[in-house]
Amino acid sequence: MAKSPHPVHEDITPEMWTGIDRVIAEHKSVSGAIITVLRECQDIAGYLPVELLDYIAKGLNLPSSEVFGVASFYSLFSLVPKGRHTIKLCLGTACYVKGIKEVMSRVTNTFNLEEGQVTEDKRFSLEGVRCLGACGLAPVMVVGQDTHGDVSPDKILGILDNYT
Amino acid sequence: MAHETVEQLGRIREKYAAKFAFTDKTYLLICGGTGCHATGSIKVKEALEQQLAEHDLSDKAEVVETGCNGFCAMGPLLVVQPGDVFYQKLTIADMETIVKEHIIGKKPVERLLYKDPVTRKRIASQKEIPFFAHQEPVVLRNKGLINPESIDDYIARDGYSGAAKALLEMDGEEIIEQMKISGIRGRGGAGFPTGLKWEFASKSPGETKYVLCNADEGDPGAFMDRSILEADPHAVIEGMIIAARAINAGKGYVYARTEYPLAISRLTKAIEQATAYGLLGENIFGSGFGFAIEIYQGAGAFVCGEETALMRSIEGKRGMPRPRPPFPAHKGLWEKPTVLNNVETLASVAQIIRHGGSWYSAMGTESSKGTKVFAVSGDVNNIGLVEVPMGTSLRTIIYDIGGGIPKKKKFKAVQLGGPSGGCIPDAYLDTPVDYEAIAKVGAIMGSGGVIVMDENTCMVDMARFFMEFIQDESCGKCTPCREGTRRLLQILEKICEGRGKPEDIDKMRELSATISQTALCGLGQTGPNPVLSTLRYFMDEYEAHIHDKRCPAKRCVALLKFEIDRDICTKCGLCFKHCPSDAIIWKKKEVARIEKDKCIKCLTCYDKCKFGAIF
Ligand SMILES: Cc1cc2nc3c(=O)[nH]c(=O)nc-3n(C[C@H](O)[C@H](O)[C@H](O)COP(=O)(O)O)c2cc1C
Ligand code: FES
Repeated sequence: MAKSPHPVHEDITPEMWTGIDRVIAEHKSVSGAIITVLRECQDIAGYLPVELLDYIAKGLNLPSSEVFGVASFYSLFSLVPKGRHTIKLCLGTACYVKGIKEVMSRVTNTFNLEEGQVTEDKRFSLEGVRCLGACGLAPVMVVGQDTHGDVSPDKILGILDNYT
Repeated sequence: MAHETVEQLGRIREKYAAKFAFTDKTYLLICGGTGCHATGSIKVKEALEQQLAEHDLSDKAEVVETGCNGFCAMGPLLVVQPGDVFYQKLTIADMETIVKEHIIGKKPVERLLYKDPVTRKRIASQKEIPFFAHQEPVVLRNKGLINPESIDDYIARDGYSGAAKALLEMDGEEIIEQMKISGIRGRGGAGFPTGLKWEFASKSPGETKYVLCNADEGDPGAFMDRSILEADPHAVIEGMIIAARAINAGKGYVYARTEYPLAISRLTKAIEQATAYGLLGENIFGSGFGFAIEIYQGAGAFVCGEETALMRSIEGKRGMPRPRPPFPAHKGLWEKPTVLNNVETLASVAQIIRHGGSWYSAMGTESSKGTKVFAVSGDVNNIGLVEVPMGTSLRTIIYDIGGGIPKKKKFKAVQLGGPSGGCIPDAYLDTPVDYEAIAKVGAIMGSGGVIVMDENTCMVDMARFFMEFIQDESCGKCTPCREGTRRLLQILEKICEGRGKPEDIDKMRELSATISQTALCGLGQTGPNPVLSTLRYFMDEYEAHIHDKRCPAKRCVALLKFEIDRDICTKCGLCFKHCPSDAIIWKKKEVARIEKDKCIKCLTCYDKCKFGAIF
């Protein structure tokens, strides 16, 4: 059997590698496609471990340093694994004025979870994000794909109970 | 003979004429903006459709999912036409009532109508609700009305007639001339005259040119561009076609925030539809002119909204600004002449071409023409999207349209212009929205975020908040921005923690001046503005923090004692009931007490106490 071209990585399954190969093949000849490739690969694998960045660099024929430079510049890209559910708290002005700081400290206190980290049981990761453009609902919390508006320190614990 | 695409537009307009006069059936316009989606409008819409089907009304009434209606605070929203009846805060259960009482019984459902917070009266007609009554939709003329995913809806409302005029009856110079006459200035923040920008790019030599749309909308508290893209994506596409014709560009990109999935999906559909109709692609309207648009998703870096950084980002590099000149009109994307405009600017173009530049310049003030869309949020009753003629006062926006400050609290400041802007106090609320007038009071027009703050907001903390933002988003390329903003942030943090010294004020002023004068791009040059404007108007709060070690708004945790004033406490027990960590001890008819070792300093008790008894 031929040796797999993919590096071994515990978080990336063979199906994921197939998807990643497809993304790279689609964008190989497009100049400036690196950000798109990184985004789509992150959608597939959940995050961008160093081994994956190297693999993408090789696939796109770019120096690893350049790919790493781009991945670390943009806040969308995560180089560390995330929890099963990502809690995003909006740190935009409207949400700040309406008390997102207090919501943040409640999450931090309750789950012993700092911004940018994952809980030990991998249930939640916590991110402070830039204005989501939903300021009408401020303060705003997004869990996975669900947007929750008008949250308060009291309300969020009940909401988070639904994500196990 | 007219080209087939032009004839097709005419046929579509005739076919749908009755639809937008609302003469053929009842239209149920349900808001499908990001805000309403989050409050459950999709389920409400499904329930409404099901009710109509159950009552055999599917031919007589049509449900239309529109883009953002603008009155985001009241979602989910529904407007019934004809009749202009506005329903708010709807639930699935309300749909049966609306169908039975209003659609069948012809009587609006009283309890679901808007209730004026002042007069306590219900208002049925959308036009008469103060939030809408003071507005003048130009850019937003289709919001809450058309289905943004239907190109026919857009065409029926005269869509693409501006592009037809530009491509078939005008040359590049004539288009630019009309844009100059209109007086429109860029809506992305800097306010540069659009006609002039196009002229530079059109005169710049080169075969290959680009038209870019800036949909990065980075200013926190701004959601105008998102709403325009969600409600009327074809208006942006039409504006790009006209811009491309003016400078003779063959290719365009929309640089969109990845945080805006709904806007991106609607724009993607709109581009597909326009391409299928021959409105994008080769030889548009048989004019021989061709243009194509691609969407490019950003990856979360505020600085990429800056023009040169945005272009580097599309090229697949780290999005760092570069010094200008050369300006993008000469050397932009891939070093080719490029025009970059904001979403709102581009969404105004088709109407300027259709009605003529002087129609547009008739609105507004001497130096600021037309209308401006604002995203009003924060401590204000009517949160939402507002479009008014330039020259309207801030007071009108906040009080007449915005409905004032909730919970009987006092107004403290309004923040305009995002992180490059400033805070304006009550004394200057009669300032008209006009680029120069706003700059004079220490803020900037910016992209249109209007964040209202009540008396509970600490202005020193707000300055710290903005500086944290700037510091975080500084790309690191130039030293004044990278190091200078870090220093400013450190000083502000110190003051918020009660370790501020009197000389810090002068230090901040000096640092601010240096950063403004020496930073490479607009991010750093305007970064100190929030500090300067709060120093200008709220010096008393800085002094309270520095001299008395006191935060008058009670926001800065380090300056709070977490004790209860025995003389003020009414023994109501509200703090006790809401404390999440059982740190408050209270019995009926007794003054409450906070146990320091259990207290997590979450400020819940401060928010809940109606008497300000906790200090
Ligand atoms: C740090 C920084 C961020 C910016 N962000 C945006 C933005 O999010 N959206 C935008 O339209 N313009 C933004 N601008 C302004 C653009 O550089 C540019 O002036 C504008 O897009 C031009 O379009 P207009 O003339 O139609 O306003 C930003 C500028 C700076 C310095
Ligand atoms: S500030 Fe939070 S959504 Fe805009």
